Amino acid sequence: MRLRAGRTWNNNMSELIDFLIVSVVLVAIGIYGLVVKRNAIRMLFSIEIIANAANLTLVAFSRGLPNAQGQTFALFSIAIAAAEVAVGLGLIIVAYRLYKEIDVAEFRSLRS
Amino acid sequence: MADPIFIAVAVLTVGAAIIALEARELIYGAVALAISMLGIAGFFLLLDAPFVAMFQIAVYVGAVAVLIIFTVMLVRTQALFTTKEDKKRKSAGIALMLIIMASFGALLIASGLNGQFGNFGGSPTVNFKEIGKLMLTYYAPALIIMGLTLAGAVIAALALARREDVEQQHERAD
Repeated sequence: MRLRAGRTWNNNMSELIDFLIVSVVLVAIGIYGLVVKRNAIRMLFSIEIIANAANLTLVAFSRGLPNAQGQTFALFSIAIAAAEVAVGLGLIIVAYRLYKEIDVAEFRSLRS
Repeated sequence: MADPIFIAVAVLTVGAAIIALEARELIYGAVALAISMLGIAGFFLLLDAPFVAMFQIAVYVGAVAVLIIFTVMLVRTQALFTTKEDKKRKSAGIALMLIIMASFGALLIASGLNGQFGNFGGSPTVNFKEIGKLMLTYYAPALIIMGLTLAGAVIAALALARREDVEQQHERAD
């Protein structure tokens, strides 16, 4: 942490880059889950983790700029993610009813 | 480096995210995902965005986690326990994760973003009034469309999960 002119030293403050690095780590974990896991519910978990990393980036830049639009976008994003989870879980329940299985490799009705 | 509270919240969030993907039982994974979302809300509090943090807790920890837990309960447990991942794929996935972390981390550290957004240590400037004003003036159409999207998504989820065969049987029984 550098001391900049015109800014009081505040030991309790983390910088923008710290939040961005946490966000990158979460995105990487989410991509790992999407690539490796075959359980549909776990893939939904991965999507949620990636969406949350995006929200964290938006709010971090909103704090750094400073600008209220980042927080507004984060609020929109959270609401849309809730809708996405509802539809995703509905799809998983339908797939479970059809195949008695939530392994995505077993969903083959579109494959020959 | 960063302050201890930040490090604690970061460890909680990342660790819970890993547990959510790696826990043997899916129900523990769902609880760990809720804890990870709680950690993200903690980050929002650290970033002086309490309104977004409350929204995050209400939507993710309150609604989404409960929805996921109910789905896990509806799906038969036998389907949940069989994990069929091959080791090669898993190690390749871990390598991909580490490559993404290292490359994007190096990119961020080298980018000099920290210097450009120097206001980070200053006093917080965004308050609720500003967010509310933005939502009701400039982003009002987006807000309306988002409400319609939410309604459409909920109705679509209900229509997807409906069982027509059971309903027809009930009608015949009547």
